[in-house]
Amino acid sequence: MHELSIALNILDVAAEEAERRSIGCVEAVHIKLGPLSGIVKSALLSAFDLAREHSALPEARLVVEDMPIVIYCKHCQAEQPVESIQELVCSVCRTPSNHVVGGREMEITALEITALEIADPEINA
Amino acid sequence: MNAPTRLVEVRTKILKQNDVLARELRERFRQDGVTVVSLVSSPGAGKTALLEDLLLRLRENYRVAALVGDLATDNDARRLARAEVPTKQITTGTVCHLEADMVADALQGWNTDELDFLFIENVGNLVCPATWDLGEALRLVLFSVTEGEDKPLKYPTIFNTADVAVITKMDLATAVEFDAAEAKRSLQSVRPGIETFDVSAKTGEGMAELVERLRSLRGLGDASNQQEAI
Repeated sequence: MHELSIALNILDVAAEEAERRSIGCVEAVHIKLGPLSGIVKSALLSAFDLAREHSALPEARLVVEDMPIVIYCKHCQAEQPVESIQELVCSVCRTPSNHVVGGREMEITALEITALEIADPEINA
Repeated sequence: MNAPTRLVEVRTKILKQNDVLARELRERFRQDGVTVVSLVSSPGAGKTALLEDLLLRLRENYRVAALVGDLATDNDARRLARAEVPTKQITTGTVCHLEADMVADALQGWNTDELDFLFIENVGNLVCPATWDLGEALRLVLFSVTEGEDKPLKYPTIFNTADVAVITKMDLATAVEFDAAEAKRSLQSVRPGIETFDVSAKTGEGMAELVERLRSLRGLGDASNQQEAI
């Protein structure tokens, strides 16, 4: 299982980003995960719980935003969602497409911190 | 009462380190003029047998070499060494896939500019290798006729990351009542448009066509249609 390796990567990258911004305590790490990333969310959440204990971010929770698979459909000339990872066809006109524009995401999007930590909030949670 | 929290926006890829290294490797391979092809499949699909035959066929006209990943043993590297080309075993220990840094480490001491083809045999696993870019120009995914026609539907992610599919052990197709049309339907469903080769390393069936496909990569730079990871 490679989810532990992914969890360790998340903790490393998040700690690096926190340090760069002089953030002391990270409450949660927010990530985007697409079905084509090859990562199983439930396994990642368990792995993250194990991995964080001995990391620089022992308090951090992992918040996962599931992303849809989106393809570019030549027939519709538009980005369209697909219904199943097993069938990459446009959900509107059923045309197959291998032009994947969304669904491979494996990205840290935000660090959640206590509001008091930095005086100038960029985004309110 | 919990203290109120807020979000600090960060936009960083989780596998940033691997992605950066894979990009550097891909650029190095391009500059060195070496075509790098990786092979992924489940254990026992016939990666090593296929590779042995490919090396023998290609070494007539090209300078070829191979890296092979396994959790333990150097049996595969020793087997491939029979083709009398440079081979190196990457033993991953408990890691279920290859990562770009393992490839970079294994290549230390090798002059890749003296090669035409470099093959990278990933650890036998249809799940984990999907996630890591190794800097290859072309990724072959193999599945054998004994594994069932619906293999692509069961492991859609790895088939989706591959450039070319190779159905192996065709010499056993009749014995196991392999339904080739059904297998192709499964493949096209998870990876529309994927090019497919039906081969048997044992009888040589389909091998000439696959070799021709690999030869076509030479001189064309990065012929991959693999999409950049988002």
